[in-house]
Formats: sequence, C-alpha cells, structure tokens
Amino acid sequence: MATATATSKFSGVDFYNIDSLLSEDERAVRDTVRSWVDEHLMPVIGECYIEGKFPKQLIPGMAELGLFGANLPEEYGCAGLNNVAYGLIMQELERGDSGIRSFASVQGGLVMYPIFAFGSDAQKTYWLPRLASGQEIGCFGLTEPDYGSNPGGMITTARETKDGWVLNGTKMWITNGSQATVAVIWAKTGELSDSKSIRGFIVPTSTKGYTAKDQKGKLSLRASDTSEIHLEDVHLPKDAILPKSGGLKSPLNCLTQARYGISWGAIGAAMACYDEAASYAKSRVMFGKPIGQTQIQQVRLADMLTEITKAQLLTLQLGRLKDAKTMTPSQVSLAKRNNVNMATECAREARRLLGANGILVEYHSMRHMANLESVYTYEGTHDMHALILGQEITGLSAF
Amino acid sequence: MKVAVCLKRVPDTTTKIVIGSDGKSIDENGVKFVPNPYDEYALEEAIALKERAGAGETVVYSLGGDSSQETIRTALAMGIDRGVLLQGAGSADGFEVAKTFAAELKGGGFDLVLFGKLAVDDYNMQVGPMTAELLGVPCITTVAHLTLANGAIEAEREIEGGIEVCTCSMPAVLTIDKGLNTPRLPSLKGIMAAKKKPLEVRPVHVGVGTLMVSSLTLPPERLAGRIVGEGPDAVPALVSLLRTEAKVL
Ligand SMILES: Cc1cc2nc3c(=O)[nH]c(=O)nc-3n(C[C@H](O)[C@H](O)[C@H](O)COP(=O)(O)OP(=O)(O)OC[C@H]3O[C@@H](n4cnc5c(N)ncnc54)[C@H](O)[C@@H]3O)c2cc1C
Repeated sequence: MATATATSKFSGVDFYNIDSLLSEDERAVRDTVRSWVDEHLMPVIGECYIEGKFPKQLIPGMAELGLFGANLPEEYGCAGLNNVAYGLIMQELERGDSGIRSFASVQGGLVMYPIFAFGSDAQKTYWLPRLASGQEIGCFGLTEPDYGSNPGGMITTARETKDGWVLNGTKMWITNGSQATVAVIWAKTGELSDSKSIRGFIVPTSTKGYTAKDQKGKLSLRASDTSEIHLEDVHLPKDAILPKSGGLKSPLNCLTQARYGISWGAIGAAMACYDEAASYAKSRVMFGKPIGQTQIQQVRLADMLTEITKAQLLTLQLGRLKDAKTMTPSQVSLAKRNNVNMATECAREARRLLGANGILVEYHSMRHMANLESVYTYEGTHDMHALILGQEITGLSAF
Repeated sequence: MKVAVCLKRVPDTTTKIVIGSDGKSIDENGVKFVPNPYDEYALEEAIALKERAGAGETVVYSLGGDSSQETIRTALAMGIDRGVLLQGAGSADGFEVAKTFAAELKGGGFDLVLFGKLAVDDYNMQVGPMTAELLGVPCITTVAHLTLANGAIEAEREIEGGIEVCTCSMPAVLTIDKGLNTPRLPSLKGIMAAKKKPLEVRPVHVGVGTLMVSSLTLPPERLAGRIVGEGPDAVPALVSLLRTEAKVL
C-alpha cells in the first residue's frame, strides 16, 4: 500500500513459500499490518525506545485498523479473524517492536479475552467494543512482587461485602499499568492457601485506592509502560467480578492466548534481525570484499534462516490447531519456548554481524535483542515452559 | 456520486524482476503482485468522494486473469462497493485496453472514471485519456488536487515549474497523480467485509492491436561507487573525474 509514501518496505522472510499455505485474507491482513508498521511505527520507534515511552499517538490508528482483539467476534466490534491471521498481526507488530506487540497482546489476549471468556453479557457488550476501539486501554494484573512464576501463591485478596467487593494487594510488572483506564485484576476470594478461589475483577483505574507507578530503569521493552499497581481498599460493585472465572486456570487460560500470540511475535522480531543482517552482510565491505562473502557470516545467516523457517512452520501448524479447537496449552509452551529462544539468538547474532553499527538505535537488532529478554521472561519464563513440557512428558511436576 | 476506478495488478516495485525466456515478458514466478500504486490514489479518492457526498456507488474494474480478483478484493477491503473483473489477457496496445474499458463503462452512469496516471509496469500513460476519448467525455491527466462543485471539476496539475488549474464538466475521466491523498490501508474488518461484497467476472476479448513489445531488457547494473577524498581537498579530483571519466563537464 501507498508504495510511493512509504519510507522503506519490509518484504518478510519466506524461504519455504509458506505464503502458499496462507489464505488470501490471511495474507491481506499480514500485508496491511506490515505496511502500517513501515509507515507509522518504524519512523518513531527508535526515539520512543531511547526516551522510554510508549507511542501513545499510534493507538487510534491501531484501533481503526482493528488490531485489538482481532480474533474476537464482530458483534463486539472486533474483526472476527481466525487465529492464523491474528498470529500474523502479532508477527508483524513485533517485527516493529516487542513493546508494541505487547500492548496489543495485553489489550486483546489478556483484557478483552478474559472479559469475552469469563464475563457476563452485560460486561461483554459494555467493555469489548470500547476496548476494540481503543477508547479504553486495559492491563492485566496477575504477577506480584513475591509471586512471579508461581502466581497461584498470590496474596492479593478480594473480600465480599454486602454490596460488592474490596480488593487489597500489590501487582508488579504490569504492562500498560499506568496508562490503562481499566484493569483485569486477579485476586483470592478465599483462603490464601486456596488457589481455586482466584477470581478475575474488572477494575476501572479511576476507582479510589488504585494507584500505578511506572517501573524505572528498564533496559528492555523500553517502548512499553511497565508498572507496579497498588490496590488499597479498592471498593467495587458486585458486578465487577468476572462471573465465569474460577481458580488459577482462568488467568492461565488467558496466558495461553497471549503466549500463542507471542509465539508468532517472536518470529517477527527474528525476521527483522535476519533481514537487517542479510542486507548489511551484502553491503559492508571489509578486507576488500563484502563480509557476507566470508564463511563465518554465511553460517550465521544460514542458521538464522533455518531457525526462522522451522519456527514459521511450527507456528502455522499451531495456529491451524487453534482454529480447529484442538490446540493444547503445552503445545503453546513448546512454541513460545522455542520461538522466543530462537529470536533471542537471531537478534544477538545479527547484532554481532553488524559490528559497531549493531549497537546503534538506527539499526534494529540490538533493540530487539534487549526487548526479547523480557519476552523470554514474561508469560512463563523459558525455564517454566520446559517444566510444563517436562510434566507433560513424564506426568511428574518439577515445580 | 457514482465513481468507477480502473485498477491494474502490477509487480511490486521492490520485486526483483527476471525476464522471461521469450525475452519480451517478465517471469512471474515468485513475483509479488500489488495494486498499481497510482491506482491506489484513485481508489482512495473514489472512496473519499462518496463518503463526502454521503451517497452513491464506487465500482472497481480490472482487466486481467483470475489472479486480479485478489487485487480487486484489496480495493473492496479499502472500501470500494463492488468489483468487476474483465477476465482476459491484456494487450501491449493501450488502445485495445481502452476500447475494452470504454465498452464496459459506457452506459454505466458514472459521474467520474478514475485511473492512476500510469501503471508502474509499462509506464504507458495512455489508457485513461484514450478511454475518455472513446466515451466522448473530457479528461484531465495527472490530477494532484481536486475540487468538485455543482457538477463542475476543478483540478490542479503539477507541471514543470508550476501548477496548472483545469476545469471541465462531469462526467469526466481523471488520471491521478500521487499526492492527491494518502491511500488508506484496508482495515481488518474491511478485509473480512470484502469477502462478502459482489465481485462479478465478465470474460472479455481484448484485440491484439497494432503495437507489440519486441524485447525487454533490464537496465545495466550500477557500478560500485568510489570515494575520491573528503572535504574541499577532494574537489579537484572530483572535477577532473567528472571531466575525463564521466564526461559531464
Ligand atoms: C516487561 C515485562 C512485562 C510484564 N507484564 C506483565 C503483565 O502485564 N501482567 C503480569 O501479570 N505480569 C507481567 N510480567 C511479569 C512476568 O510474567 C514475570 O516476570 C514472570 O512470570 C517471571 O516472574 P519473576 O520475574 O518473579 O521471576 P521468578 O519467578 O522469580 O523467576 C526467577 C528465575 O527462576 C526461575 N524459576 C522460577 N521457578 C523455577 C522452578 N520451579 N524451577 C526452576 N527454575 C525456576 C525462572 O525461570 C527465572 O529464571 C511482566 C514482566 C516483564 C519483564
């Protein structure tokens, strides 16, 4: 689109003609988001990253394209796409920056999805169109200072009163926490030892007792807001609870949605790094020949292309399983773990191939490299996904 | 306001072109095709004109094989109401293509027919004006700014060193230059909606005409550049090379 006005165009990585496995509308969705990233995100992302600020001005454009909750039904103002098209959106956004993809993942997978899956009809009709249109911005509060990989241990509580609920606790590392207008907060309604009593609550962030403070000093995911949330006697009406949520499996179910998107997103980041490295290798001349003409750099590039291609096929099949409603959470764990690790390796190798230029923000590999350390850690660390797979294989839990 | 846009499917401008074995056509293997970029401005204008008028219809026509349906659906995803594929092989002779379009558009009741100012694959700039002639309506080419009032058109054309303002009455054919607007991206909802919009397929026979492509060659490879020095010290060397080697001074 708009070839003549685009600053530069990303043409993707497709060594196995994987495009031929996509439908026409899946490709159209991918191309639209790719052009949007070229035209709107790429020109500003470097500066946002350096300044540590999320490009808020892009939210209306993202909403207008329909990027939020794009796989949810049309009746709620969403695009009603299948899960492969949804994954391709995440891939293209993260080709730009993991922070922007995180924003979309949180809004769609972690805020709209739980309202869609566990909410009442009234909650769905009120919140989903507002979140799809970007009128409301959401965040998802599960992690706590002392409960990261083990969210079931959380100590945030929701106590029922005669006319509603009172929430108390602290949530940590919450993407969009400070700019959100609404938070989905997970809290225990029963004993602290009872993870089955975990329920989700819709908390407008203007409610008295809700405060959020941005985490300072991040060296990763700098173009995304990450905050600490304090909940001090936050009074909510009775209908703030997500009626169909119940137990730790509810937030984990949301994480499965978001992790699915991350599996695709990581491929995007890896493609960006490979693309940058391949073009740099062909143009950078050292010792009288392009560095791409040396065996070491060729191995680097060959490894990247191989890993990207494997991840693409793996993830496309995961998407087809999700569309067929047979995808399992441990299949998502395998893809999240593999793809994010693959992308961190690509980013690091690309950065190295670029020499000194590779440490500059004008190039993208180091930004991706640093971002991917967050992606590696959130939504279940790389290690935790190995343990999930280990449990699946042996039937024995190591955590 | 009833507006038609004629749209061509062309190779993406960033695609690496390989000449086919016949030496007169491109090898389409692995080539990514896109809507002609200038036609995108025409599509945007048509959609915006209808939006501003608050009523009317926009129709996209494309001449080509079945693969052009995908290109048409991109236009529908942007917001065009319906599409017509004139199914058949094109011709290198723009006049034959214009005859095909004119035959289809005649009697369509269009207030405006929009083309891109050129198609980036063959750079002919002919089909728009020829279609206008065949339809017996005025034509303004390379429109960079457009105002419509009371059935009259005022269009600005960016000519060498200035701006020319032309007027004509409707119906008319306009060929669109870049800069007229910023084409919107098809939204995701638009892409889904496009699947449900009407897309009619009408087989056509385009004459061969009198103009043939006899050969196609790629431009010569650009030679690597050379740095002759830095700062003012480099000027004498540069001037001498421009004289002796490039022979431009
Ligand atoms: C930028 C960013 C954004 C985030 N956004 C959100 C958000 O929006 N909402 C939200 O709720 N959370 C969010 N998180 C939190 C994230 O999900 C947690 O950081 C993550 O779950 C890890 O928890 P932790 O940091 O407490 O690490 P810990 O759980 O303390 O883990 C530390 C290390 O120990 C390892 N480890 C832990 N347990 C075991 C075990 N049993 N066996 C072996 N090794 C183990 C881990 O793999 C890791 O290497 C975000 C995090 C980041 C960095």
